[in-house]
Amino acid sequence: MSTLQNNAPTMPSEALVRSPRQMMFQHAKTHRGLMLGGFVIAVIVLVALLAPLIAPHDPYAQMLSRKLIPPVWFDSPKTTWDHVLGTDHLGRDYLSRLMYGARISLMIGFSAMLISGVIGTILGICAGYFGGRVDMVINFIITTRLSMPVVLVALAVISIVGSSLTVVIWVIGLLIWDRFAVVVRSATQQVRGLDFVASAQALGSSTPRILFSDVLPNISNHIIVIATLEMAHAILLEAALSFLGLGVQPPTPSWGLMISDAKGLMFFDGWLIAVPGTALFMLVLAINLLGDGLRDVTAPEDRS
Amino acid sequence: MLAFLLRRISTALLVALTVSSLTFSLNFLSGDPAIALAGESATQEDLQTIREAYGYDKPIPVQYFNWLTGALQGDLGQSHYLNQPVADEIFQRLPTTMTLGLSALVFALVLSIPLGVLAAIRPNSLFDRFALTVAVVGQAMPSFWFALTMMLWFAINWRILPVSGSNTWLHFVMPSIALGYYITPGVMRLTRAGMLEVLRSDYIRTARAKGVSRFSLMFKHALRNAIIPVVSLAAVQFGFMLGGSIVIETIFAINGLGFLAWESIQRADLPMMQAIVLVLSFFYIALTFLADVLNAWLDPRIRIG
Repeated sequence: MSTLQNNAPTMPSEALVRSPRQMMFQHAKTHRGLMLGGFVIAVIVLVALLAPLIAPHDPYAQMLSRKLIPPVWFDSPKTTWDHVLGTDHLGRDYLSRLMYGARISLMIGFSAMLISGVIGTILGICAGYFGGRVDMVINFIITTRLSMPVVLVALAVISIVGSSLTVVIWVIGLLIWDRFAVVVRSATQQVRGLDFVASAQALGSSTPRILFSDVLPNISNHIIVIATLEMAHAILLEAALSFLGLGVQPPTPSWGLMISDAKGLMFFDGWLIAVPGTALFMLVLAINLLGDGLRDVTAPEDRS
Repeated sequence: MLAFLLRRISTALLVALTVSSLTFSLNFLSGDPAIALAGESATQEDLQTIREAYGYDKPIPVQYFNWLTGALQGDLGQSHYLNQPVADEIFQRLPTTMTLGLSALVFALVLSIPLGVLAAIRPNSLFDRFALTVAVVGQAMPSFWFALTMMLWFAINWRILPVSGSNTWLHFVMPSIALGYYITPGVMRLTRAGMLEVLRSDYIRTARAKGVSRFSLMFKHALRNAIIPVVSLAAVQFGFMLGGSIVIETIFAINGLGFLAWESIQRADLPMMQAIVLVLSFFYIALTFLADVLNAWLDPRIRIG
């Protein structure tokens, strides 16, 4: 009885002072997937940033006398704590390559996502706001893009132009804007009819101004959610391209390339593909969890 | 319906035309194709001969027109590497990729539709959450890594499936799973969402009231209506899988279109690459067209809108 009395008066006053933003943060803090994904990403980003400081070895340094040492948890006389995750077929430290590989994955994922985000958002916002003919043309562009197989086109273009980090980023970025465009378009259509847009129009705001300061901030939650998912998509694409030999070029440490290098040896040393594969899987899973969590918290109506 | 069909057909044709011109424009990314063919040491005369033989001396619109009219008649050009018509090789390889795509689709549907239905029976139950978790985890797995890991366990360690090749149906088991699992989360979620909506409707309550068995209620009465959007999603995903099979076919050495594409890229065989992109795009366009028509036929609201 006494506990009830103590609790009762504090509840409503606390609820009253909470703004929508605070409620969102409250919701975010209790969302397990979001927190877990965010934590894993934070760790990977930190490792990537600090790679030159914390990597135990030079990721490029080959030492053929120390090749194919298994990770420490293996029961083998070769294992050593000097190479916690072992060494690859050229005697390069696997842990160090994994740490530097995180930089490649994150950089390509982020840059490609930015490029596709800018393209997709511009197309989507124009289609959604102007409607009519503009919408028809942009819809046509989206349909055309969707009809072309992404991996195949990316491989063909890269094989013709020649592979480099910049080429890979641009090719991926120029190919995966479709989901941005589709989601931004429908979000803009919803916002366009709202009162504050009408009042901005009545005030005589220029169209770019309306799009930038009235529409864009109100659809930013959708954009952020798609951005995370597309970043994961770009990371997987880079890994697949590198795996097929047309992404990042050796000796750059990329997770896809590490799996590709280990392909011929995996029947004898399965951990060679298990280690970079697990890293890739964890990063993509964490980004997806974060994305799904952000959607639950900021734009629950997108959930299908 | 006729107006809808006409509108939809003209869009599909226009998309196909745009895709074909984009594919054709790959020619101009590569610099002079004659030099690529003859090698750096070729004389001017050699280059001229090659240009005339392959038609590179004509104006670009004429080249495009010739290429397109050829493609429409089934002539997709001459392979630079194999020195035989591109179309022959493609149509020889197409059935293998189709088999792989279809078996991957069957695997995905057989797995994801029952899972979606079961998840919808008790939303937010332990099973529902488990199914959603599996979906999220599956979506994060790189398909080539998943394929290699399966290969390691099923073919090397346990020796129950062949490592690679495409001779028997057993060769298609792992590739189909590797290709198909990626679309299961999407199909599962859509089935679940569709079921949840249908289960709320009046006719389900009526069926329940007249004592229809639970199994028949779920799989006959409800699923039939919930499956409509799934059918069009499956058609679209089938198109995506054909385009994405290149990674899987390369890993398992399956002699299909994807493997051919990879070989052509290694050989810098541009006409072959272009033809494969074109064929797969046209398949996708045809599939989405069929899906849209099917949807419109089933749901009159789409026809008018």
